[in-house]
Amino acid sequence: MDLNYTDEQKAFRDDVRAFLEAKLPKRLSDKVAGGKRLTKADYEEWHAILNEKGWLGVTWPKEHGGTGWDAVERHIFEEETTAAHAPRIVPFGLNMLGPVLMKFGSDAQKAHYLPRILNGDDWWCQGYSEPGAGSDLASVKTTAVRDGDHYIVNGQKTWTTLGQHANMIFCLVRTSKEGKRQEGISFLLIDMDIPGVEVRPIVLLDGEAEVNEVWFNDVKVPVENLVGEENKGWTYAKYLLTHERTNIAGVGFANAGLAALKRIAGLENDGDRKLIDNPFFAAKIAQVEIDLMAMATTNLRTIAAAAAGQAPGAESSMLKVKGTLIRQEINALTRQAAGPYAMPFVSEALDEGSNEGPVGPDYAMPATQAYFNNRKLSIYGGSNEVQRQIVSKMILEL
Amino acid sequence: MNFTLTEERQMLQDGLRRYLRDTVTPDLLEDATESASGHSETLWQGLAEMGVIGALFSEEDGGFGGAGFDIALTFEEMGRAGAFEPLLETGILAGGLIAALGSDEQKARIEAIIGGDILTYAHAEPGSRYDLSRVTTRAAKSGEGWTLTGLKSVVPHAPAATHAVVSARTSGAVADRDGLSLFLVPLDVTGLSARDYTVNGGGRAAELSLVDVDLPADALIGPEGGAFDAIETAHARATCAVCAEALGLMESIRALTTEYLQTRKQFGQPIGKFQALQHRMADVLIEIEQARSAVINLAGHLEADRTIRERHVSAAKNLIGRVGKLVVEESIQMHGGIGMTREYALAHLAKRLMMIDHRFGDADYHLERFIRLAAA
Repeated sequence: MDLNYTDEQKAFRDDVRAFLEAKLPKRLSDKVAGGKRLTKADYEEWHAILNEKGWLGVTWPKEHGGTGWDAVERHIFEEETTAAHAPRIVPFGLNMLGPVLMKFGSDAQKAHYLPRILNGDDWWCQGYSEPGAGSDLASVKTTAVRDGDHYIVNGQKTWTTLGQHANMIFCLVRTSKEGKRQEGISFLLIDMDIPGVEVRPIVLLDGEAEVNEVWFNDVKVPVENLVGEENKGWTYAKYLLTHERTNIAGVGFANAGLAALKRIAGLENDGDRKLIDNPFFAAKIAQVEIDLMAMATTNLRTIAAAAAGQAPGAESSMLKVKGTLIRQEINALTRQAAGPYAMPFVSEALDEGSNEGPVGPDYAMPATQAYFNNRKLSIYGGSNEVQRQIVSKMILEL
Repeated sequence: MNFTLTEERQMLQDGLRRYLRDTVTPDLLEDATESASGHSETLWQGLAEMGVIGALFSEEDGGFGGAGFDIALTFEEMGRAGAFEPLLETGILAGGLIAALGSDEQKARIEAIIGGDILTYAHAEPGSRYDLSRVTTRAAKSGEGWTLTGLKSVVPHAPAATHAVVSARTSGAVADRDGLSLFLVPLDVTGLSARDYTVNGGGRAAELSLVDVDLPADALIGPEGGAFDAIETAHARATCAVCAEALGLMESIRALTTEYLQTRKQFGQPIGKFQALQHRMADVLIEIEQARSAVINLAGHLEADRTIRERHVSAAKNLIGRVGKLVVEESIQMHGGIGMTREYALAHLAKRLMMIDHRFGDADYHLERFIRLAAA
C-alpha cells in the first residue's frame, strides 16, 4: 500500500502545472473561477490550446491523436485543470462519441470524424434522452426508417446539453419494434444542418439555457452515418455510458468548490467574527471535507484498479452517488455562506465585460446559481436512484 | 386545547385562498417580476380590498387582527400561491413599527397603509449578515432635523414603495443594541439613490445609498436610540410570516410532487410505485407536518414574554430552514429533469422556499441563537 504518486507521476503533475501556468489564459480562468457564463468561443479557445499541445484527446490512444494516458495520468490532469479553473473539456465528441467510433465505427467514419473532433470542426451533442424517457434509455421512441440510401428520422430528443452550439448530434433511434426493447435500437450520426432538425432551448430554474429539445421531422440521414450494425445500438450506447462515467466522482470540482467555500466563509462577516470561525458553520465545512478526503481515495482506488486493467463496473455508480452528494453539499454551503446577498439576481452580471456589476460580493450570485444548477448532478447521467439500483443489483445482488 | 381557527379567521383564510387561486397565474408572477415596480398592482389592490393588509394590524391601530395566527394564516396562503407582494414589508415591518412606536400623527398613516400604500423597511447592511444590532448607518442631529448617511442592502420591494422605515445609529458602537433609531424616509428624497434588481424567488429589491439625507424632526419614529426592542419584535413577527409562507410553499410543492409520482411512468409503472420514492415522500410529509407545528408554536407565542417568544422564533426558523432545504431538494430530485426547468411551476416555488433561509437568519444562525437563549 502506497498512497503517493510515483516519481514519474509527480513529474507528470509538474508538467501539467507548468503548462497551465504558461498556457491557460487568465481571462478564461477568471471567468470559470468567478462563475461567469462561458461562450462557445471560450470553449473552442481552450480546446485549441489543448489540441496544440496534444492534450485534448485525454481519453484517446496515441494512434488517434490522443494522449495515451493511463487512468492515473488522466486523474492528475483533471485534478490540476480543475484546481487551475480551466474550462471543462466539452465531453460529447471527445469522451463519448470518440471512444465509440474507435471501437465500433467504420474506417471511413474514424478517418473523417476523429480528426474533426480534435480540430474543433464539429461540435457534437448527445441525442439520448427523450420526453418521458429519462433514465430509462431503452424506451427510445425516435424512429429511423430505411428508405433507399437514407434513414428517415422522426421524433424528439431532450436535455441536449449545449445543443445550441452543436452542428452534429449522435442519436439513439429505433429501427425495429421486434423483440426486446433494447434490440431495436441503432446508433446514428446526424448533421444538424439537414432540413427538419430544430433546436429549442429549455430554460432551467437558474435562468440559464444550457439544455435543449431537438426535434426531427422527416430528417434524411445517409445510411453511411449508421455506426456499427443496425439494431445493435444498445451495445454501443452502454459502452459510451461507461466512458461518460469516467471522472464521475468529480473530485476536482469538489476540491475547487471546497477551496472557494473556505475563501468565501473567510470573507463573510458573522457578528464579530468571520463565518469560517462560526463553530456551527465550520463543523459543516469540516464534515464535507472529511467525506471528500475519503471519497477522493475511493476514487483513486477505482482508478488504480482501472490502470491495472480492471473494467470499471458498479463502482462508478457508487462514485456517482457519493461524488454528486458531496458536490451538492458544497454548493449548498456556499449558497448559505453568501447570506442575504444570495438573493439578488442580475443575469447580465454573468456576462464578461457587462456594465452591470454584481450586487454585493462577486461570489454571491454565482453561489445561488451553482446551487440550483447543480441539482442536475444527481439527476443526469443516470439518476442517483438508478445508480443505487445498480449498486444493489450488481454488488449486493439483491 | 383547540387547534382550529376562529370563524373569522377561517373565513379570511378561505376567501384569501380562493382569491389567490383564481388570480395568481404564472403569467401574473412573471409580469410582476419583469415590471419596474416588481409586483402586481392588480393583486396588491385586490389584497387591500379584501382587507388582507388590515388583518395584520390590531383593532386599536385601525385593523382587525394583528395576532400571530392572523399573520400565519395570511402568509401561509401567500406561500401556497407563490405570490410575492410587499405585504411583509408594508404590513409587518414598516407598518408594524409605525404602529408600535409612532406618534399619533405618524400612526395616522396606517389607514392609508391598510388601503394599499406601499412601504418598505431598510435595516440590514452590507456585512451585517443576520446580526440585528449591527447598524453603521448614522443619523446626526442637524438643526431641527436629522441627517442620515449609510448603505442599506437587499431592501425588498423598494422599487414599489414610496417610503422606507430606515434604521440608523444615533449613538453607541457598531453592534450596540442601544443607540438605534428609526426614521420614515421618502424614497425620492435628495441624497438617496437606489440600485434595483430582480431577486431569486420573484420580485425586486434594491441597494440603498444615503448620503447626507436631510429629514425633518418628525421623521424620527419612537424614542431616539431606543428602537432595538421594537425592531426585535417586528423581526419576530416577520419571522412568523416567512415561516408560514414557507409552510404554504411546502404544501404546494408537496401537491405537485405527489401528483407527479402518481402520473409519471418509468420502467413500465408510475414512479410513485417504487418503494424507495414512497419512503422518501413519506419523510417529506412528516417533516412538513413538523413545519406546520413549528409555525403554530411560533404564532401562539408571538405575544409572549421576550425570552419565550424569541426561543420560538429561533426554533421555528431553524426547523423551517432545515425542512425547506429537504423539501426543495427532494421535490426537484423526485421530479428529475422536469423539476429543473423554469417553465414548470415547481421552479418558482422551490426557489422562493430556498430563499426564505436567507432572510432573518438561516437555520444555523437560529440554532446557535436558540442555544444562547436557552443558556440565558
